[in-house]
Amino acid sequence: MIPATFDYVRAGSVDEVIGLLGEHGDDAKLLAGGHSLLPLMKLRLAQPALLVDIGRLRELSYVTEEEDVIALGALTRHHDIATSPVTLSSVPLLAHVAGQIGDLQVRHRGTIGGSICHGDPASDLAAVLLALGATFVAQGPNGRREIDAQDFFVSFFEVALRSDELLVEIRVPRPLDARWGFEKLTKRAQDWAIVGAVAVRSRSGVGVGLINLGPVPLRSSAVEAAVVAGSNAAEAAAFAAEGTEPSADFNGSVAYRQHVARVLVRRALEKAGV
Amino acid sequence: MSILGNRVLRREDPKFLTVGGTYVADLALPGSVHVTFVRSSMAHARIVSVDSTYAQAMPGVLAVYTNDDLGLPKFPTIMGMTNEAMTPPMLASGTVRYVGEPIAAIVAESREIAEDALEQVVVEYEPLKVVIDPVKARTDEDLLFPDAGTNTSFSLDFGGDETLFDDCEVVVELTLANQRVAPCPLEVRSAAAHMSEDGRLEFNSSTQAPHGVRDALATFLDLEPDQVHVVTPDVGGGFGAKGAVYPEDIVVGWCAQKLGRPVRWTETRSESMLGLGHGRAQVQHVRIGGTREGAVLAYRIEVLQDTGAYAGFGAVLPFMTRMMTSGPYKIPRAECASYSVVTNSTPTTAYRGAGRPEATAAIERIMDLFAREIDMDPAELRRRNLIEKDDFPYTTPVDTVYDVGDYHRALDLALEVAGYDDLRAEQVRRRTAGDVRQLGIGLSCYVEITNGLPDGEFGAVEVRPDGKVIVRTGTSPHGQGHVTAWSMLVAEQLGVAIEDIEVIHGDTDVVPRGAGTMGSRSLQVGGAAVNQAAVDVVEKAKDLAADLFEADRDDIVLDKANGRFHVVGTPALSRSWAELAEAAAKDGTALFAEVDLASPGPTYPFGTHISVVEVDTETGKVNVLRHIAVDDAGRIISPLLAEGQVHGGIAQGVAQALLEEVVYDLDGNPLTSTLADYSFISAAELPSYETRFTETPTPVNALGAKGIGESGTIGSTPAVHNAVCDAVAHLGVRHIDMPTTPVRVWSAINDAVTGHGTAKGGR
Ligand SMILES: Cc1cc2nc3c(=O)[nH]c(=O)nc-3n(C[C@H](O)[C@H](O)[C@H](O)COP(=O)(O)OP(=O)(O)OC[C@H]3O[C@@H](n4cnc5c(N)ncnc54)[C@H](O)[C@@H]3O)c2cc1C
Repeated sequence: MIPATFDYVRAGSVDEVIGLLGEHGDDAKLLAGGHSLLPLMKLRLAQPALLVDIGRLRELSYVTEEEDVIALGALTRHHDIATSPVTLSSVPLLAHVAGQIGDLQVRHRGTIGGSICHGDPASDLAAVLLALGATFVAQGPNGRREIDAQDFFVSFFEVALRSDELLVEIRVPRPLDARWGFEKLTKRAQDWAIVGAVAVRSRSGVGVGLINLGPVPLRSSAVEAAVVAGSNAAEAAAFAAEGTEPSADFNGSVAYRQHVARVLVRRALEKAGV
Repeated sequence: MSILGNRVLRREDPKFLTVGGTYVADLALPGSVHVTFVRSSMAHARIVSVDSTYAQAMPGVLAVYTNDDLGLPKFPTIMGMTNEAMTPPMLASGTVRYVGEPIAAIVAESREIAEDALEQVVVEYEPLKVVIDPVKARTDEDLLFPDAGTNTSFSLDFGGDETLFDDCEVVVELTLANQRVAPCPLEVRSAAAHMSEDGRLEFNSSTQAPHGVRDALATFLDLEPDQVHVVTPDVGGGFGAKGAVYPEDIVVGWCAQKLGRPVRWTETRSESMLGLGHGRAQVQHVRIGGTREGAVLAYRIEVLQDTGAYAGFGAVLPFMTRMMTSGPYKIPRAECASYSVVTNSTPTTAYRGAGRPEATAAIERIMDLFAREIDMDPAELRRRNLIEKDDFPYTTPVDTVYDVGDYHRALDLALEVAGYDDLRAEQVRRRTAGDVRQLGIGLSCYVEITNGLPDGEFGAVEVRPDGKVIVRTGTSPHGQGHVTAWSMLVAEQLGVAIEDIEVIHGDTDVVPRGAGTMGSRSLQVGGAAVNQAAVDVVEKAKDLAADLFEADRDDIVLDKANGRFHVVGTPALSRSWAELAEAAAKDGTALFAEVDLASPGPTYPFGTHISVVEVDTETGKVNVLRHIAVDDAGRIISPLLAEGQVHGGIAQGVAQALLEEVVYDLDGNPLTSTLADYSFISAAELPSYETRFTETPTPVNALGAKGIGESGTIGSTPAVHNAVCDAVAHLGVRHIDMPTTPVRVWSAINDAVTGHGTAKGGR
């Protein structure tokens, strides 16, 4: 509960961050809201030699609207996503989900970038962004590159960022005439999902995301295919456990989590009008 | 008009709401060094070696001590009742018996250095067989204390009546778990110590019993009690678990003595989850029998109490369970047998209710099953068996004597507030419609014992010449609101404003004696002592006034409306409290009274709680819709504080029914040692409560008051538990063990529907 010794730098610009990352490599860790990283450090499960605090890079905190895309700065806090007029009118799903993360304190500290870069399969926003077909923008010494959300989550707590890159923006294609459903099973309001599901249906298609059902946040292509093929919610949801590998603990066995996945996917699909 | 019974705002709160409290860890202690404990990572092992060479060589590390360095004796047994071989050593000696057991103390210039040094102490273990299941422990197959020859640390078994159930038409049985929970006070354990210039040990402690800490320190460190000065600053909750003295406390005192430097220790939350005593932890086998018309004739409970690795207070909790065996019911024959066993887990101790919630949980759960067996409404079964109000004092089959009560009134009021018949109608509607979300209605009628221990209490009242009133109490509040309540009592007797009253507690130099705050005892003994001291001060003041007025003592009147004394018939000529105190000072005395009140004896609060829950039958998730609590704690002195106690108690009680459980794997590794894994409840999981009081004053003490500190946990848990089971009973589920987490509830439904019998679910 007391972290090991570390050095601390408060970064003043994105370039400075990239420079520091280049210099210190894997010894450095970026600190955004700290709500995933600091607990690990307190338990000494993470012992970075250098913390680069990016929490005050205000230029990376925004929600803006482009023609077909909603762009969110990586350091936008959950609370700001939950209350932004842009998200509320253009992607209310994002606002709704961000508004249910953890508790008030968590939502005022935690950032969308941290939620994604941590690579936690239980991240709500990661699954939602998968379902929405988002793109992530990384910046490194050679400039910016875009990574499809589908390709971003590599394995448990591992994402497709290079050690000298940081995530700067999340780009969400504007869903047209979307209906959506978001369901998560928790023991307590503030808890991470035991299992969660999100479904979006819009003119551009259907997206189904699964929370905490394997080593990485998942997009359920089996359910999506069933919907596209004309299945109703219950029929499509029967495929929800396909390709999942949930872990088992005292909050639920593998079979229980897969069962709940089917239930929540069905409910989410029903809300999405499937 | 009396101030008693009014919603007087808490005098404590402005500070907490503005500048905040001052806890042990907040105290300035210049030059202090920090203690951190090396704790066992094994549940059961022989310690081959403890190598602290690297740690000792680290800059800033002063010392690393093991049990051999301390040379302190083991802890004593609990009142001579527990197995002597099973008391805890100060630090692990030769063998570790649970994960988290302190092995060595590191003293360093800063907390951070101490934590870093922790990682440099190498402990070599030789693993021993781990005993984690109390049922297995009872077989004595693997022993925690080979010298003892048994794992049983304490038992209460007076033999059984073979014919107990002979005349019963219906007999129902159940084995149920009253799971292990963690008390989780917001403030973790913390202590600070230094030697004063005159050689006394100055000790700050986050405790419920400062005098107990003083006496323990004196005993272990070979000092006279008056050479030890214990002060408790604000204490952020204890819930019973801070009633005991822990090895760490003594080690902190020892280090201060040894090093001659101020020493402090504050555990982390993860340590607290392993080091602070756990509560409950019983496996119960219950049997109930009676007639098809709903007359309960016989009841038997067998308790297997998990003591944890050492036999502390947890071992004797069944004593209280036994006293409350038959609950609020008039059962002709009832028996209790109990066995406390050691296991490789954190030692158990008192936790809000301490033995009584376990008794209530058992009988209330089996009452529901009995009602179901004879096809009777559970409220009706309870009504038919509750002790009648004319039966008091009532002696139960285990010889507990209940003081007074009107149990039917509490039940009827609860049913009325709940709108019971409408709820049942709604339940039928949902069942018939096959709704995904089913309604469950759970009842719990309870009676419990407060002030169950024999200690008396100290109270003193002094009126000073400046008109201020100083109250000193031996109780030691840590959130309860004694400053407010004791002020009300004194204001009532003296006729002074509560703003003029100062209440002092938690300083063993200023308050000479005290048993502290636990077991819902404070108002009825400590408050009563202060009340008596106030009465005595009024009498003394009347003596003084009689002298001043040159009047007959019996003609002196205290006009409580404005706090002045006069001679009967001549109110215009009066003296204030300040003037009388001044007169006393001139005489070289003080206007002062001090009382050591012997315990007036235990009292028995009672009530009925009703819980209404909704169960999502597809996921097993439970949502509490309503909680109705009718509690009777005798005369209510401060409704605001009483409600606060009920509110907090319900929160913890609901948490036990739905969420909380300390879980170990089979190797004895704790799986719930952070508040992310341990499901401490929050407001978001709870509805607004509907609380009512009925007031049946007890004849036992002068205030007519019973304890209200623990009723909330005792009444609420079984109500919620029964409600969850009730919601899915029609699906064929007989019982679900607590906590009724989503996975357990769903597994139970799934097993019932697929014909797999009674499920426990989960693991
Ligand atoms: C009590 C509690 C409850 C919670 N409940 C939920 C919940 O229900 N659902 C949910 O989804 N989350 C939940 N969270 C997590 C919360 O949303 C976190 O804030 C979030 O996951 C991480 O965001 P952060 O900004 O705090 O990241 P940090 O903790 O600061 O960082 C996390 C990781 O991401 C890296 N990182 C951060 N930003 C960047 C960037 N821009 N580029 C590259 N790497 C970066 C860091 O180096 C670190 O490795 C909860 C957290 C807590 C403490």
